[in-house]
Amino acid sequence: MSPDGRLAVGLVQMDPALGDRARNLERHRQWVRQAATAGVELLVFPELSLTGYFLKDLVAESAIPFEGAIMNELRGLSDGLDVVLGAVIEEPDHRYFNASLYFSQGELVHVHRKVYLPTYGMFDEHRYFAAGDRFRSFKTGFGRAGMLVCEDIWHLSSAYILSLEGVDMIICPSSSPGRGVTTDERLGTAESYGLVCRTYAQFLTTFFLYCNRVGYEDGANFWGGSMVIGPNGDIIAQQEDAGEALVLAKLDLGEVRRERLANPLLRDERLELTINELRRVWHERTRKPF
Amino acid sequence: MSAPASLSEPVFPSLRINPELVRGILVGFIRNEVRKVGFERVVLGLSGGVDSSLVATLAAEALGADNVLALIMPYKTSDPKSKSDALQVVQQLGIHHLEIDISPQIDAYFARFPDADQKRRGNKMARERMTILYDQSWGWRALVIGTSNKTELLLGYGTIYGDMASAINPVGDLYKTQLWQLADAVGVPTSIVQKAPSADLWAGQSDETELGFQYRMIDQLLYYLVDRRYSVEELKRLGFDEAFIVDIVRRVRDNQYKRRLPVIAKLSSRTIDRDFRYPRDWGH
Repeated sequence: MSPDGRLAVGLVQMDPALGDRARNLERHRQWVRQAATAGVELLVFPELSLTGYFLKDLVAESAIPFEGAIMNELRGLSDGLDVVLGAVIEEPDHRYFNASLYFSQGELVHVHRKVYLPTYGMFDEHRYFAAGDRFRSFKTGFGRAGMLVCEDIWHLSSAYILSLEGVDMIICPSSSPGRGVTTDERLGTAESYGLVCRTYAQFLTTFFLYCNRVGYEDGANFWGGSMVIGPNGDIIAQQEDAGEALVLAKLDLGEVRRERLANPLLRDERLELTINELRRVWHERTRKPF
Repeated sequence: MSAPASLSEPVFPSLRINPELVRGILVGFIRNEVRKVGFERVVLGLSGGVDSSLVATLAAEALGADNVLALIMPYKTSDPKSKSDALQVVQQLGIHHLEIDISPQIDAYFARFPDADQKRRGNKMARERMTILYDQSWGWRALVIGTSNKTELLLGYGTIYGDMASAINPVGDLYKTQLWQLADAVGVPTSIVQKAPSADLWAGQSDETELGFQYRMIDQLLYYLVDRRYSVEELKRLGFDEAFIVDIVRRVRDNQYKRRLPVIAKLSSRTIDRDFRYPRDWGH
Protein backbone atom coordinates (compact mmCIF):
# COMPACT_ATOMS: atom_id res chain seq x y z
CA MET A 1 0.00 0.00 0.00
CA SER A 2 1.14 3.53 -0.65
CA PRO A 3 2.69 5.56 2.18
CA ASP A 4 -0.59 7.40 2.73
CA GLY A 5 -2.29 4.09 3.47
CA ARG A 6 -4.39 4.15 0.35
CA LEU A 7 -4.75 1.27 -2.08
CA ALA A 8 -4.10 1.99 -5.75
CA VAL A 9 -6.56 0.03 -7.88
CA GLY A 10 -6.85 -0.15 -11.65
CA LEU A 11 -9.74 -1.34 -13.80
CA VAL A 12 -8.81 -2.48 -17.28
CA GLN A 13 -11.66 -1.44 -19.53
CA MET A 14 -10.47 -3.49 -22.49
CA ASP A 15 -11.76 -4.98 -25.73
CA PRO A 16 -10.76 -8.66 -25.86
CA ALA A 17 -10.53 -10.48 -29.19
CA LEU A 18 -13.26 -13.11 -29.45
CA GLY A 19 -11.82 -16.60 -29.13
CA ASP A 20 -8.17 -15.54 -29.50
CA ARG A 21 -6.68 -16.45 -26.15
CA ALA A 22 -3.04 -15.98 -27.18
CA ARG A 23 -3.62 -12.42 -28.38
CA ASN A 24 -5.62 -11.60 -25.26
CA LEU A 25 -2.95 -13.00 -22.96
CA GLU A 26 -0.37 -10.78 -24.64
CA ARG A 27 -2.67 -7.81 -24.14
CA HIS A 28 -3.03 -8.74 -20.47
CA ARG A 29 0.74 -8.61 -20.15
CA GLN A 30 0.79 -5.13 -21.69
CA TRP A 31 -1.94 -3.83 -19.38
CA VAL A 32 -0.18 -5.32 -16.35
CA ARG A 33 3.05 -3.55 -17.35
CA GLN A 34 1.20 -0.26 -17.83
CA ALA A 35 -0.59 -0.64 -14.51
CA ALA A 36 2.60 -1.52 -12.66
CA THR A 37 4.23 1.60 -14.05
CA ALA A 38 1.27 3.59 -12.75
CA GLY A 39 1.77 2.13 -9.28
CA VAL A 40 -1.37 -0.04 -9.29
CA GLU A 41 -1.50 -2.67 -6.55
CA LEU A 42 -4.77 -4.38 -7.50
CA LEU A 43 -5.65 -4.68 -11.18
CA VAL A 44 -9.06 -5.92 -12.35
CA PHE A 45 -9.86 -7.20 -15.85
CA PRO A 46 -13.42 -7.71 -17.13
CA GLU A 47 -15.43 -10.93 -17.27
CA LEU A 48 -13.93 -13.45 -19.71
CA SER A 49 -11.13 -11.01 -20.43
CA LEU A 50 -8.95 -13.84 -21.74
CA THR A 51 -11.46 -15.04 -24.33
CA GLY A 52 -14.18 -12.50 -25.13
CA TYR A 53 -17.83 -12.98 -24.20
CA PHE A 54 -20.21 -14.37 -26.85
CA LEU A 55 -18.15 -17.52 -27.34
CA LYS A 56 -20.94 -19.99 -28.07
CA ASP A 57 -19.26 -23.25 -29.17
CA LEU A 58 -15.86 -21.63 -28.67
CA VAL A 59 -16.31 -22.13 -24.92
CA ALA A 60 -14.78 -25.60 -24.99
CA GLU A 61 -11.82 -24.66 -27.15
CA SER A 62 -11.15 -21.45 -25.17
CA ALA A 63 -11.03 -23.22 -21.82
CA ILE A 64 -7.99 -23.70 -19.64
CA PRO A 65 -7.40 -26.24 -16.86
CA PHE A 66 -6.23 -25.29 -13.39
CA GLU A 67 -2.89 -26.94 -14.01
CA GLY A 68 -0.62 -26.31 -16.96
CA ALA A 69 1.45 -23.85 -18.90
CA ILE A 70 -1.28 -21.25 -19.44
CA MET A 71 -2.24 -21.16 -15.78
CA ASN A 72 1.45 -20.74 -14.94
CA GLU A 73 1.61 -17.76 -17.28
CA LEU A 74 -1.46 -16.25 -15.63
CA ARG A 75 0.09 -16.72 -12.21
CA GLY A 76 3.16 -14.91 -13.48
CA LEU A 77 1.10 -11.82 -14.25
CA SER A 78 0.74 -11.23 -10.51
CA ASP A 79 4.40 -11.16 -9.60
CA GLY A 80 4.31 -7.42 -8.92
CA LEU A 81 0.63 -6.67 -8.27
CA ASP A 82 -2.61 -8.50 -7.57
CA VAL A 83 -4.57 -9.39 -10.69
CA VAL A 84 -8.21 -10.38 -11.23
CA LEU A 85 -9.00 -11.77 -14.69
CA GLY A 86 -11.75 -13.69 -16.42
CA ALA A 87 -11.33 -17.06 -18.10
CA VAL A 88 -13.17 -20.23 -19.06
CA ILE A 89 -12.09 -22.92 -16.63
CA GLU A 90 -12.35 -26.58 -17.54
CA GLU A 91 -12.62 -28.86 -14.54
CA PRO A 92 -11.10 -32.34 -14.66
CA ASP A 93 -14.63 -33.69 -15.11
CA HIS A 94 -14.99 -31.46 -18.22
CA ARG A 95 -17.46 -28.99 -16.87
CA TYR A 96 -16.78 -25.48 -18.13
CA PHE A 97 -17.14 -22.47 -15.85
CA ASN A 98 -17.25 -18.75 -16.50
CA ALA A 99 -14.76 -17.85 -13.79
CA SER A 100 -13.00 -14.91 -12.19
CA LEU A 101 -9.54 -15.68 -10.88
CA TYR A 102 -7.66 -13.71 -8.22
CA PHE A 103 -3.88 -13.97 -8.40
CA SER A 104 -1.37 -12.56 -5.94
CA GLN A 105 2.41 -12.90 -5.73
CA GLY A 106 2.47 -15.53 -8.42
CA GLU A 107 -0.26 -17.69 -6.87
CA LEU A 108 -3.91 -18.35 -7.55
CA VAL A 109 -5.63 -17.12 -4.39
CA HIS A 110 -9.32 -17.52 -5.18
CA VAL A 111 -11.72 -18.56 -7.94
CA HIS A 112 -15.31 -17.47 -8.27
CA ARG A 113 -17.36 -19.52 -10.71
CA LYS A 114 -20.25 -17.42 -11.99
CA VAL A 115 -23.40 -18.63 -10.27
CA TYR A 116 -26.13 -16.84 -12.20
CA LEU A 117 -25.74 -17.61 -15.89
CA PRO A 118 -28.08 -15.39 -17.91
CA THR A 119 -30.03 -17.50 -20.38
CA TYR A 120 -32.72 -15.26 -21.75
CA GLY A 121 -33.05 -12.51 -24.34
CA MET A 122 -29.67 -12.10 -25.98
CA PHE A 123 -27.92 -14.38 -23.48
CA ASP A 124 -27.29 -18.10 -23.75
CA GLU A 125 -24.74 -18.87 -21.03
CA HIS A 126 -26.38 -21.91 -19.51
CA ARG A 127 -26.23 -23.64 -22.86
CA TYR A 128 -22.44 -23.62 -22.62
CA PHE A 129 -21.42 -23.20 -18.97
CA ALA A 130 -21.93 -25.03 -15.72
CA ALA A 131 -23.09 -22.82 -12.86
CA GLY A 132 -21.03 -22.10 -9.76
CA ASP A 133 -22.52 -23.13 -6.43
CA ARG A 134 -21.14 -20.74 -3.86
CA PHE A 135 -20.38 -17.18 -2.85
CA ARG A 136 -17.25 -17.04 -0.73
CA SER A 137 -15.07 -14.18 0.36
CA PHE A 138 -11.32 -14.42 0.73
CA LYS A 139 -8.46 -12.64 2.38
CA THR A 140 -6.20 -10.39 0.37
CA GLY A 141 -3.30 -8.16 1.29
CA PHE A 142 -5.81 -5.30 1.33
CA GLY A 143 -8.59 -6.74 3.47
CA ARG A 144 -11.39 -9.18 2.76
CA ALA A 145 -12.75 -9.33 -0.78
CA GLY A 146 -15.50 -11.08 -2.67
CA MET A 147 -16.00 -11.49 -6.40
CA LEU A 148 -19.26 -11.50 -8.33
CA VAL A 149 -19.39 -11.85 -12.10
CA CYS A 150 -21.79 -9.58 -13.99
CA GLU A 151 -25.25 -11.23 -13.74
CA ASP A 152 -24.43 -12.39 -10.20
CA ILE A 153 -25.05 -8.85 -8.95
CA TRP A 154 -28.62 -8.90 -10.30
CA HIS A 155 -29.41 -11.27 -7.46
CA LEU A 156 -29.50 -9.44 -4.14
CA SER A 157 -28.54 -12.53 -2.18
CA SER A 158 -25.11 -12.70 -3.80
CA ALA A 159 -23.82 -9.40 -2.46
CA TYR A 160 -25.75 -9.88 0.79
CA ILE A 161 -23.93 -13.13 1.52
CA LEU A 162 -20.55 -11.57 0.81
CA SER A 163 -21.46 -8.64 2.99
CA LEU A 164 -22.23 -10.90 5.96
CA GLU A 165 -18.82 -12.45 5.50
CA GLY A 166 -17.48 -9.00 6.24
CA VAL A 167 -15.97 -8.02 2.92
CA ASP A 168 -14.22 -4.68 2.54
CA MET A 169 -14.65 -4.76 -1.19
CA ILE A 170 -16.72 -6.48 -3.82
CA ILE A 171 -15.04 -6.92 -7.19
CA CYS A 172 -17.37 -7.30 -10.14
CA PRO A 173 -15.83 -8.13 -13.53
CA SER A 174 -18.47 -7.73 -16.23
CA SER A 175 -19.21 -8.08 -19.94
CA SER A 176 -22.41 -6.12 -20.13
CA PRO A 177 -23.79 -5.43 -23.60
CA GLY A 178 -25.44 -2.04 -23.98
CA ARG A 179 -29.10 -1.74 -24.85
CA GLY A 180 -32.06 0.46 -24.18
CA VAL A 181 -31.93 3.62 -26.28
CA THR A 182 -34.17 6.47 -25.16
CA THR A 183 -33.75 10.23 -24.97
CA ASP A 184 -31.40 9.72 -21.99
CA GLU A 185 -27.74 10.48 -22.40
CA ARG A 186 -26.80 6.97 -21.32
CA LEU A 187 -27.98 3.50 -22.27
CA GLY A 188 -30.60 1.89 -20.07
CA THR A 189 -28.07 -0.77 -19.10
CA ALA A 190 -25.57 1.84 -17.92
CA GLU A 191 -28.22 3.52 -15.78
CA SER A 192 -29.25 0.22 -14.23
CA TYR A 193 -25.73 -0.92 -13.40
CA GLY A 194 -24.87 2.45 -11.93
CA LEU A 195 -27.89 2.19 -9.68
CA VAL A 196 -27.15 -1.38 -8.59
CA CYS A 197 -23.45 -0.80 -7.89
CA ARG A 198 -24.02 2.35 -5.88
CA THR A 199 -26.86 0.74 -3.97
CA TYR A 200 -24.75 -2.27 -3.00
CA ALA A 201 -21.81 -0.12 -1.94
CA GLN A 202 -23.95 2.09 0.25
CA PHE A 203 -26.30 -0.57 1.67
CA LEU A 204 -23.48 -2.98 2.41
CA THR A 205 -20.96 -0.26 3.34
CA THR A 206 -18.27 -1.72 1.16
CA PHE A 207 -16.05 -0.65 -1.71
CA PHE A 208 -17.44 -1.77 -5.03
CA LEU A 209 -15.18 -2.22 -8.07
CA TYR A 210 -17.11 -2.63 -11.32
CA CYS A 211 -15.01 -3.40 -14.39
CA ASN A 212 -16.92 -3.64 -17.65
CA ARG A 213 -15.44 -4.34 -21.06
CA VAL A 214 -15.80 -2.32 -24.26
CA GLY A 215 -15.88 -3.11 -27.99
CA TYR A 216 -18.34 -5.01 -30.16
CA GLU A 217 -19.11 -8.68 -30.71
CA ASP A 218 -21.49 -9.74 -33.46
CA GLY A 219 -23.05 -6.28 -33.41
CA ALA A 220 -23.53 -6.05 -29.66
CA ASN A 221 -21.74 -3.12 -28.02
CA PHE A 222 -20.18 -3.22 -24.57
CA TRP A 223 -20.65 0.09 -22.85
CA GLY A 224 -17.69 0.26 -20.47
CA GLY A 225 -18.55 2.73 -17.73
CA SER A 226 -16.24 1.00 -15.25
CA MET A 227 -16.49 2.51 -11.79
CA VAL A 228 -15.12 2.47 -8.28
CA ILE A 229 -17.57 3.31 -5.51
CA GLY A 230 -16.86 4.01 -1.88
CA PRO A 231 -18.64 2.49 1.14
CA ASN A 232 -20.78 5.62 1.45
CA GLY A 233 -22.06 5.26 -2.12
CA ASP A 234 -19.89 8.00 -3.59
CA ILE A 235 -18.38 7.41 -6.99
CA ILE A 236 -14.60 7.60 -6.59
CA ALA A 237 -13.76 7.02 -10.25
CA GLN A 238 -15.81 6.34 -13.33
CA GLN A 239 -14.95 5.99 -17.00
CA GLU A 240 -17.63 7.89 -18.85
CA ASP A 241 -16.96 6.60 -22.34
CA ALA A 242 -16.83 3.20 -24.01
CA GLY A 243 -13.20 3.36 -25.11
CA GLU A 244 -10.33 1.21 -23.86
CA ALA A 245 -8.90 2.70 -20.68
CA LEU A 246 -7.06 1.97 -17.49
CA VAL A 247 -9.29 3.46 -14.79
CA LEU A 248 -7.28 4.42 -11.72
CA ALA A 249 -8.49 5.08 -8.18
CA LYS A 250 -7.05 5.34 -4.71
CA LEU A 251 -9.03 3.64 -1.95
CA ASP A 252 -8.75 4.81 1.63
CA LEU A 253 -9.50 1.45 3.22
CA GLY A 254 -10.16 3.12 6.57
CA GLU A 255 -13.38 4.41 5.02
CA VAL A 256 -15.01 1.03 5.60
CA ARG A 257 -14.55 1.24 9.38
CA ARG A 258 -15.59 4.87 9.55
CA GLU A 259 -18.66 4.28 7.39
CA ARG A 260 -19.71 1.31 9.52
CA LEU A 261 -19.37 3.43 12.64
CA ALA A 262 -21.50 6.14 11.15
CA ASN A 263 -23.99 3.72 9.61
CA PRO A 264 -23.82 0.42 11.52
CA LEU A 265 -26.07 -1.37 9.04
CA LEU A 266 -23.94 -4.49 9.07
CA ARG A 267 -23.87 -4.59 12.89
CA ASP A 268 -27.65 -4.40 13.02
CA GLU A 269 -28.27 -6.94 10.30
CA ARG A 270 -30.43 -9.78 11.72
CA LEU A 271 -28.88 -12.83 10.16
CA GLU A 272 -30.81 -15.34 12.28
CA LEU A 273 -34.09 -13.59 11.41
CA THR A 274 -33.21 -13.72 7.73
CA ILE A 275 -32.32 -17.40 7.88
CA ASN A 276 -35.49 -18.27 9.81
CA GLU A 277 -37.71 -16.38 7.42
CA LEU A 278 -36.00 -17.83 4.36
CA ARG A 279 -36.38 -21.30 5.84
CA ARG A 280 -40.08 -20.64 6.41
CA VAL A 281 -40.49 -19.45 2.81
CA TRP A 282 -38.64 -22.49 1.57
CA HIS A 283 -40.82 -24.84 3.64
CA GLU A 284 -43.99 -23.19 2.44
CA ARG A 285 -42.84 -23.50 -1.15
CA THR A 286 -41.86 -27.14 -0.86
CA ARG A 287 -44.95 -28.11 1.14
CA LYS A 288 -47.30 -27.19 -1.69
CA PRO A 289 -49.31 -30.26 -2.72
CA PHE A 290 -48.70 -29.61 -6.43
CA MET B 1 -57.37 3.08 -38.60
CA SER B 2 -57.94 4.64 -35.25
CA ALA B 3 -55.73 5.14 -32.27
CA PRO B 4 -56.14 7.05 -29.01
CA ALA B 5 -54.87 10.61 -28.86
CA SER B 6 -51.84 9.57 -26.81
CA LEU B 7 -50.69 7.43 -29.70
CA SER B 8 -51.02 10.03 -32.38
CA GLU B 9 -48.21 12.40 -31.49
CA PRO B 10 -45.73 13.12 -34.31
CA VAL B 11 -43.04 11.04 -32.63
CA PHE B 12 -44.27 8.42 -30.25
CA PRO B 13 -42.48 9.16 -26.90
CA SER B 14 -41.11 5.65 -26.41
CA LEU B 15 -39.45 5.81 -29.83
CA ARG B 16 -37.67 9.06 -29.19
CA ILE B 17 -33.93 8.60 -29.12
CA ASN B 18 -30.87 10.49 -28.02
CA PRO B 19 -29.24 10.84 -31.46
CA GLU B 20 -25.77 11.54 -30.11
CA LEU B 21 -25.77 8.35 -28.06
CA VAL B 22 -26.97 6.26 -31.01
CA ARG B 23 -24.60 7.94 -33.41
CA GLY B 24 -21.63 7.10 -31.18
CA ILE B 25 -22.65 3.44 -30.91
CA LEU B 26 -23.25 3.06 -34.64
CA VAL B 27 -20.08 4.85 -35.74
CA GLY B 28 -18.14 2.64 -33.33
CA PHE B 29 -19.97 -0.40 -34.68
CA ILE B 30 -18.98 0.34 -38.27
CA ARG B 31 -15.37 1.10 -37.39
CA ASN B 32 -15.03 -1.98 -35.22
CA GLU B 33 -16.85 -4.55 -37.35
CA VAL B 34 -15.17 -3.40 -40.58
CA ARG B 35 -11.61 -3.04 -39.32
CA LYS B 36 -11.35 -6.10 -37.14
CA VAL B 37 -12.01 -8.39 -40.09
CA GLY B 38 -9.23 -6.70 -42.03
CA PHE B 39 -11.08 -4.09 -44.07
CA GLU B 40 -10.92 -0.31 -44.21
CA ARG B 41 -13.63 0.42 -46.75
CA VAL B 42 -17.33 -0.05 -47.38
CA VAL B 43 -19.57 0.14 -50.43
CA LEU B 44 -23.26 0.88 -50.30
CA GLY B 45 -26.15 1.42 -52.63
CA LEU B 46 -27.13 5.07 -52.33
CA SER B 47 -30.70 5.56 -53.48
CA GLY B 48 -31.17 9.15 -52.38
CA GLY B 49 -33.54 7.99 -49.67
CA VAL B 50 -33.11 8.61 -45.97
CA ASP B 51 -31.89 5.13 -44.98
CA SER B 52 -28.92 4.93 -47.34
CA SER B 53 -28.13 8.62 -46.90
CA LEU B 54 -27.88 8.07 -43.15
CA VAL B 55 -25.70 4.97 -43.53
CA ALA B 56 -23.40 6.85 -45.92
CA THR B 57 -23.08 9.64 -43.36
CA LEU B 58 -22.29 7.27 -40.49
CA ALA B 59 -19.83 5.30 -42.64
CA ALA B 60 -18.02 8.47 -43.71
CA GLU B 61 -17.69 9.52 -40.08
CA ALA B 62 -16.52 6.06 -39.00
CA LEU B 63 -14.02 5.30 -41.75
CA GLY B 64 -13.34 8.61 -43.46
CA ALA B 65 -15.03 9.81 -46.64
CA ASP B 66 -12.21 8.38 -48.73
CA ASN B 67 -13.12 4.87 -47.60
CA VAL B 68 -16.76 4.99 -48.66
CA LEU B 69 -17.98 4.18 -52.16
CA ALA B 70 -21.60 5.00 -52.98
CA LEU B 71 -23.14 3.22 -55.93
CA ILE B 72 -25.99 5.07 -57.56
CA MET B 73 -27.93 2.51 -59.59
CA PRO B 74 -31.04 3.96 -61.15
CA TYR B 75 -33.43 2.19 -63.50
CA LYS B 76 -34.96 4.22 -66.31
CA THR B 77 -38.28 4.59 -64.43
CA SER B 78 -36.60 5.77 -61.20
CA ASP B 79 -37.49 9.28 -60.12
CA PRO B 80 -34.72 11.63 -61.41
CA LYS B 81 -34.99 13.45 -58.08
CA SER B 82 -33.63 10.33 -56.34
CA LYS B 83 -30.39 10.58 -58.28
CA SER B 84 -29.99 14.28 -57.64
CA ASP B 85 -30.63 13.68 -53.92
CA ALA B 86 -28.01 10.92 -53.90
CA LEU B 87 -25.51 13.19 -55.62
CA GLN B 88 -26.21 15.89 -53.06
CA VAL B 89 -25.27 13.45 -50.29
CA VAL B 90 -22.13 12.37 -52.17
CA GLN B 91 -21.09 15.97 -52.55
CA GLN B 92 -21.89 16.90 -48.97
CA LEU B 93 -19.88 13.99 -47.56
CA GLY B 94 -17.09 13.98 -50.14
CA ILE B 95 -17.36 10.21 -50.60
CA HIS B 96 -16.55 8.29 -53.79
CA HIS B 97 -19.39 7.44 -56.11
CA LEU B 98 -20.09 5.48 -59.20
CA GLU B 99 -23.22 5.64 -61.29
CA ILE B 100 -24.39 2.46 -62.96
CA ASP B 101 -27.64 2.53 -64.91
CA ILE B 102 -29.13 -0.93 -64.48
CA SER B 103 -31.70 -0.48 -67.29
CA PRO B 104 -29.76 -2.35 -70.02
CA GLN B 105 -29.23 -5.50 -67.98
CA ILE B 106 -32.75 -5.48 -66.54
CA ASP B 107 -34.35 -4.88 -69.94
CA ALA B 108 -32.18 -7.54 -71.61
CA TYR B 109 -33.42 -10.07 -69.10
CA PHE B 110 -37.09 -9.15 -69.16
CA ALA B 111 -37.13 -9.04 -72.97
CA ARG B 112 -37.52 -12.82 -72.55
CA PHE B 113 -40.25 -12.45 -69.91
CA PRO B 114 -42.32 -9.52 -71.08
CA ASP B 115 -45.32 -10.48 -68.94
CA ALA B 116 -43.41 -10.07 -65.68
CA ASP B 117 -45.35 -7.94 -63.22
CA GLN B 118 -44.03 -4.91 -61.43
CA LYS B 119 -43.18 -6.71 -58.19
CA ARG B 120 -41.14 -9.34 -60.02
CA ARG B 121 -39.29 -6.63 -61.90
CA GLY B 122 -38.69 -4.70 -58.70
CA ASN B 123 -37.22 -7.75 -56.97
CA LYS B 124 -34.98 -8.41 -59.95
CA MET B 125 -33.74 -4.83 -59.84
CA ALA B 126 -32.97 -5.12 -56.14
CA ARG B 127 -30.96 -8.30 -56.77
CA GLU B 128 -29.23 -6.78 -59.77
CA ARG B 129 -28.06 -3.96 -57.52
CA MET B 130 -26.93 -6.51 -54.95
CA THR B 131 -24.72 -8.34 -57.48
CA ILE B 132 -23.19 -5.03 -58.52
CA LEU B 133 -22.53 -4.09 -54.89
CA TYR B 134 -20.83 -7.39 -54.16
CA ASP B 135 -18.84 -7.21 -57.38
CA GLN B 136 -17.65 -3.69 -56.58
CA SER B 137 -16.88 -4.72 -53.01
CA TRP B 138 -14.49 -7.32 -54.39
CA GLY B 139 -12.88 -4.88 -56.79
CA TRP B 140 -12.54 -2.16 -54.15
CA ARG B 141 -11.67 -4.50 -51.26
CA ALA B 142 -14.59 -3.31 -49.23
CA LEU B 143 -17.48 -4.68 -47.21
CA VAL B 144 -21.06 -4.17 -48.34
CA ILE B 145 -22.85 -2.11 -45.72
CA GLY B 146 -26.60 -2.58 -45.45
CA THR B 147 -29.37 -0.04 -45.08
CA SER B 148 -32.47 -2.04 -44.09
CA ASN B 149 -34.19 -0.60 -41.02
CA LYS B 150 -36.02 -2.50 -38.28
CA THR B 151 -39.47 -1.63 -39.58
CA GLU B 152 -38.89 -3.02 -43.05
CA LEU B 153 -36.98 -6.04 -41.74
CA LEU B 154 -39.89 -6.91 -39.46
CA LEU B 155 -42.52 -6.33 -42.12
CA GLY B 156 -40.47 -8.11 -44.77
CA TYR B 157 -40.76 -4.99 -46.91
CA GLY B 158 -37.60 -5.74 -48.86
CA THR B 159 -36.16 -8.22 -51.32
CA ILE B 160 -34.42 -11.27 -49.88
CA TYR B 161 -30.88 -11.48 -51.30
CA GLY B 162 -31.55 -8.07 -52.80
CA ASP B 163 -31.59 -4.90 -50.73
CA MET B 164 -31.66 -7.08 -47.59
CA ALA B 165 -28.21 -8.48 -48.38
CA SER B 166 -25.14 -7.00 -46.71
CA ALA B 167 -22.11 -7.85 -44.58
CA ILE B 168 -22.96 -5.48 -41.76
CA ASN B 169 -26.01 -3.35 -41.06
CA PRO B 170 -25.79 -0.39 -38.69
CA VAL B 171 -29.47 0.61 -38.88
CA GLY B 172 -31.31 -2.73 -38.64
CA ASP B 173 -32.34 -2.11 -35.03
CA LEU B 174 -33.77 1.35 -35.65
CA TYR B 175 -37.42 1.81 -36.50
CA LYS B 176 -38.08 4.16 -39.38
CA THR B 177 -39.31 6.91 -37.08
CA GLN B 178 -36.14 6.57 -34.99
CA LEU B 179 -34.00 6.57 -38.10
CA TRP B 180 -35.58 9.86 -39.18
CA GLN B 181 -34.52 11.46 -35.90
CA LEU B 182 -30.95 10.25 -36.28
CA ALA B 183 -30.73 11.26 -39.95
CA ASP B 184 -31.91 14.73 -39.07
CA ALA B 185 -29.40 15.03 -36.23
CA VAL B 186 -26.36 13.92 -38.25
CA GLY B 187 -27.06 16.35 -41.05
CA VAL B 188 -28.77 14.35 -43.78
CA PRO B 189 -30.38 17.07 -45.96
CA THR B 190 -33.82 17.98 -44.63
CA SER B 191 -35.40 17.50 -48.04
CA ILE B 192 -34.28 13.86 -47.96
CA VAL B 193 -35.41 13.30 -44.37
CA GLN B 194 -38.81 14.78 -45.06
CA LYS B 195 -39.63 13.26 -48.43
CA ALA B 196 -42.11 10.39 -48.61
CA PRO B 197 -40.31 7.02 -48.28
CA SER B 198 -40.25 5.08 -51.53
CA ALA B 199 -38.70 1.93 -52.99
CA ASP B 200 -38.52 4.04 -56.16
CA LEU B 201 -39.24 1.27 -58.61
CA TRP B 202 -41.25 3.90 -60.44
CA ALA B 203 -41.70 7.64 -59.93
CA GLY B 204 -44.34 8.43 -57.36
CA GLN B 205 -44.25 5.02 -55.63
CA SER B 206 -44.83 5.31 -51.88
CA ASP B 207 -44.02 2.85 -49.08
CA GLU B 208 -46.90 4.03 -46.96
CA THR B 209 -49.40 3.71 -49.80
CA GLU B 210 -48.21 0.18 -50.53
CA LEU B 211 -48.15 -0.86 -46.90
CA GLY B 212 -51.51 0.75 -46.34
CA PHE B 213 -50.40 2.41 -43.10
CA GLN B 214 -48.15 5.22 -41.98
CA TYR B 215 -44.73 4.35 -40.56
CA ARG B 216 -45.58 6.45 -37.53
CA MET B 217 -48.42 4.11 -36.66
CA ILE B 218 -46.67 0.91 -37.72
CA ASP B 219 -43.67 1.71 -35.52
CA GLN B 220 -45.86 2.37 -32.50
CA LEU B 221 -47.55 -0.97 -32.96
CA LEU B 222 -44.27 -2.82 -33.58
CA TYR B 223 -42.78 -1.22 -30.49
CA TYR B 224 -45.54 -2.64 -28.30
CA LEU B 225 -45.71 -5.95 -30.17
CA VAL B 226 -42.00 -6.72 -30.60
CA ASP B 227 -40.11 -4.74 -27.97
CA ARG B 228 -42.69 -4.85 -25.21
CA ARG B 229 -44.33 -8.17 -26.16
CA TYR B 230 -47.91 -6.97 -25.78
CA SER B 231 -50.57 -9.53 -26.68
CA VAL B 232 -53.15 -8.79 -29.36
CA GLU B 233 -55.76 -8.26 -26.64
CA GLU B 234 -53.51 -5.78 -24.87
CA LEU B 235 -52.83 -3.97 -28.15
CA LYS B 236 -56.57 -3.64 -28.74
CA ARG B 237 -57.00 -2.20 -25.27
CA LEU B 238 -54.35 0.40 -26.16
CA GLY B 239 -56.65 1.50 -28.96
CA PHE B 240 -55.08 -0.09 -32.03
CA ASP B 241 -57.56 -1.19 -34.67
CA GLU B 242 -57.91 -4.97 -34.79
CA ALA B 243 -57.55 -5.23 -38.56
CA PHE B 244 -54.36 -3.19 -38.38
CA ILE B 245 -52.94 -5.44 -35.64
CA VAL B 246 -53.84 -8.60 -37.53
CA ASP B 247 -52.26 -7.31 -40.73
CA ILE B 248 -48.98 -6.33 -39.09
CA VAL B 249 -48.73 -9.52 -37.01
CA ARG B 250 -49.26 -11.55 -40.17
CA ARG B 251 -46.57 -9.66 -42.07
CA VAL B 252 -44.04 -10.16 -39.27
CA ARG B 253 -44.81 -13.88 -39.11
CA ASP B 254 -45.00 -14.54 -42.85
CA ASN B 255 -41.67 -12.84 -43.53
CA GLN B 256 -39.67 -14.59 -40.84
CA TYR B 257 -37.97 -16.68 -43.54
CA LYS B 258 -36.39 -13.57 -45.02
CA ARG B 259 -34.58 -12.93 -41.76
CA ARG B 260 -33.07 -16.40 -41.51
CA LEU B 261 -30.54 -18.57 -43.29
CA PRO B 262 -32.10 -21.13 -45.64
CA VAL B 263 -33.54 -24.12 -43.79
CA ILE B 264 -31.02 -26.97 -43.73
CA ALA B 265 -32.27 -30.54 -43.58
CA LYS B 266 -30.79 -32.00 -40.42
CA LEU B 267 -28.79 -35.22 -40.72
CA SER B 268 -25.67 -35.08 -38.56
CA SER B 269 -25.24 -34.29 -34.87
CA ARG B 270 -23.76 -30.88 -35.69
CA THR B 271 -25.71 -28.96 -38.26
CA ILE B 272 -24.75 -25.43 -39.24
CA ASP B 273 -26.55 -22.78 -37.17
CA ARG B 274 -28.53 -25.37 -35.17
CA ASP B 275 -25.91 -27.13 -33.10
CA PHE B 276 -22.78 -25.83 -34.82
CA ARG B 277 -22.86 -22.39 -33.24
CA TYR B 278 -19.96 -20.06 -33.54
CA PRO B 279 -20.00 -16.29 -33.30
CA ARG B 280 -19.75 -14.37 -36.54
CA ASP B 281 -16.78 -12.47 -35.07
CA TRP B 282 -14.93 -15.75 -34.43
CA GLY B 283 -11.27 -14.95 -33.75
CA HIS B 284 -11.74 -11.19 -33.96
